[in-house]
Amino acid sequence: MKKFAALLLVILLIGALVLTGCAQKEDAATEDDNVIKIGVFQPLSGANAAGGELEMKGLYLAQELFPEVLGKRVELIVYDNRSDAIEAANVVRRLVDHHNVPIIIGCWGSTFAIAAGPIIEEAGIPTIATSATNPLVTIGKDYYFRVTFIDSFQGVVMAKYTYEEVGAKKVAVIQEIGNDYSVALAKFYKDAFVELTGDDDAIVMVMNYQTGDQDFSAQLTAIKNSDAQAIFAPGNFTESALIMKQARELGLDLPFVGADTWETPELIEIAGEAAEGAVFSTFFASEVPMTKNSEVFLNAYREKYGEEPAAVAALAFDAYLVALDAITRAGTTTDSTAIRDALAATDAFPGAAGTISFDENGDAVKSAVIKEIRNGKFTFLTIVDPF
Amino acid sequence: MTFTTFMQHLVNSISLGSLYALIAVGYTMVYGILRLINFAHGEVFMFGSYMAFFAMTTFGMPWYIAFIIAIILTCIFGMLIEKAAYKPLRDAPRISIMISAIAASFLISNLGIVFFGGIPVTFPRPDIFDIRIVIGGVSIISVSLFIPVITAVALVILLYIVNHTKTGTAMRAVSKDYEAARLMGIDVNRIITFTFAIGSSLAAVGGIMWALRFPALIPFMGIMPGLKCFIAAVIGGIGNIKGAVLGGLILGFGEIMIVAFLPELSGYRDAFAFIFLIVILLFKPAGLLGKNIAEKV
Repeated sequence: MKKFAALLLVILLIGALVLTGCAQKEDAATEDDNVIKIGVFQPLSGANAAGGELEMKGLYLAQELFPEVLGKRVELIVYDNRSDAIEAANVVRRLVDHHNVPIIIGCWGSTFAIAAGPIIEEAGIPTIATSATNPLVTIGKDYYFRVTFIDSFQGVVMAKYTYEEVGAKKVAVIQEIGNDYSVALAKFYKDAFVELTGDDDAIVMVMNYQTGDQDFSAQLTAIKNSDAQAIFAPGNFTESALIMKQARELGLDLPFVGADTWETPELIEIAGEAAEGAVFSTFFASEVPMTKNSEVFLNAYREKYGEEPAAVAALAFDAYLVALDAITRAGTTTDSTAIRDALAATDAFPGAAGTISFDENGDAVKSAVIKEIRNGKFTFLTIVDPF
Repeated sequence: MTFTTFMQHLVNSISLGSLYALIAVGYTMVYGILRLINFAHGEVFMFGSYMAFFAMTTFGMPWYIAFIIAIILTCIFGMLIEKAAYKPLRDAPRISIMISAIAASFLISNLGIVFFGGIPVTFPRPDIFDIRIVIGGVSIISVSLFIPVITAVALVILLYIVNHTKTGTAMRAVSKDYEAARLMGIDVNRIITFTFAIGSSLAAVGGIMWALRFPALIPFMGIMPGLKCFIAAVIGGIGNIKGAVLGGLILGFGEIMIVAFLPELSGYRDAFAFIFLIVILLFKPAGLLGKNIAEKV
C-alpha cells in the first residue's frame, strides 16, 4: 500500500510536469510529407511568460497569413522553456532530436537563446531569434540569426537619450545579475554614458538583484541616498514593475530608463502610476509603419486580436517571414545547411519591424524606437537610426 | 550613510522580516506537531493569494470579505492536501512523507500554471493598504505597518492555542508520541487535521500580506518565500513558534543590511540566507531557540 501510494505520487508528479512542459504539442508527432515543421521555443510560463505569449500572437498571425511554403503546409511545433535556461536547452534538444525540425524560431530572452545556442550549433539547425538582444546569442554561431538589433546598439541609444533628453548627469544602474540580457545591456549603457559625460563617476551606483526577487527596498533605499538623477533598470518586466512601484513607495521620484523588455501591458498593470514617465527603447511602433509589410501586419493584427501589437509580436512575425523567405530561396524544406545559407544571404527583406539584412554575425542591422509610458499607454517618442 | 537612510533600511528590514516571520510560523507549527517539513507550505501560500485575487477581481468582493473567504478556502485546501498526500503515509517512514510533501509542492505549483496561467497577475491593493506615510524622511507604505501587527497577533493566538487550550495540550501530546496520545483517547487524525487547518490559514494570511506588499502573482511565487521561511524556521529552531518569528526577523534584517552596508554584494542576498543557515547549524544545530532532543529511530 505504501509503495503504491508513493508510486501514485511519482506518477502524478511526472504527469504534472508533462502537462505543463509540453501542453501545446499533442499533434507534434504526425509524420506527413506535405507538412514542414518549424520548431518554436518560447517562455510561455514563469517570469517571462507575457513576452513569450506576445510573440506567439505574432507567430500565429504570420502562420495564418502565410500558411504554406513550397507547396507544403507549415506546422509550428511550440515548446515552453518555462523562463528557464536549462529547460530552454532541453526543449531545443527535443525539437532537434525528436521532431527533426529543419528550422527553429526562438526566442524571447537572451538567457534562453544563449543556453540553446550550443545545441543548435552542434545540430546545424538554422535558428532565428526573435527579441534576444545580447551579442553573445549569435557571436561564433553560424546557425543562429536574429531579426532584432543588439544590445551594444540599444545600450548606447539609451545612454545618449538619458544624457541628452532626460538631462541626467549621474545615473544609478540596477541590474538583474543572473540575466545575460540585463547585465550586457547595463555594461554597454555604463560605458557609453561615462564616455558621453566624460565623467568617470557618472555611474554613481550599480545595484544587483536576482531573477524572481520581489523585495527591492534595500537597493532602492541605497539609490535614494546617492546623487543619481536617473535610474537605468534593464530587466524583466515583472521585476522592473515591482522596482518602479517600490521606488515610488520609498519616495524615490527619479526617472526610469529601460529597454525593450518593458513593452508588455503587464508592466503598466503591475506598476500602475509608478510607471508613468518611464522611457525605453524598443523595436517597433505601430504609429510609424516602417515597410510595406508593416501595414499588412498592423491591419491583420488589429483585426485578429482587436488591439495594438507589441513590438515583440512584430519581431516574431518577421522571424516567421524571414524563415519562409529563406526556405523558398533554398528550394528545400529538409536541407538545413541550404536553408542556413539562404538565410545568411537575406538582403533588405521588408519585415514588419524594419528592413532586415544580416551582418557577418547574423544580426539584423536596424533602427531603434524610443517610447515613453504616458497615461498608462506606450507612447511613441522618436526613431534612432543605426550609427 | 545618513541616519535617515539607516532608519529607512531598518524599517524595510522589519517590514520584510515580519513577513517572513508570518509564513515561518505556519511552517514551524506543522513541523512542531507532526515532525513533518511541509514543503507544500509555499504552494498553500500561493493558493491563498490567488484565492484572494479571484475573490476581489473576478467576483468583485470588498477586500475584507475576499480575504476571509480566501483564508477559509485555503484552510480547506490545506486539509485536503493533508488527507491526500500525508494521511495515507501516516505510518510510513518519515522520509516517504517528506518526499510526498515535495511531490505535493511540485504538483500544486504546476497545476497552478495550468489553472491560473503563467502570466503574472496584478494583485489589487485596497486604499487602506496603499497610504504612503513619511516620518522624518523615512517612507513607509501602510501595508508594512499592518504586517508586524498581524504577525504579533498570530503569534499570541498561536501560543495561546498551543499552551492554554485542551486542543493545544492534545497537539503537544501528539507531537511527543502518536501511539501514547492515541492510547490516552486523543483523536490523532482530528488533531493533525486541525494543525493543518491552522497552518494553512496562516499561510493564507501570509500569502495575502505578501501579495499586498509585492503585488505580482505567479504560480511559482511560493517557492522562494517557502524556502526562505523554512530557513527562518530552522534558524529559530524548527518546531518553536517564537523561534520562527525570531528567525524571520533575523533573515529579513540580514538580507536588507547586507545590501545596505555591502552594496557590491547586493546580488548575493539570497546566498546570505543560506550561508547564515549553515553557520547557525554549525554552532547551534537545533536552531537559536530550539531544544536538542534525541530523535527516536
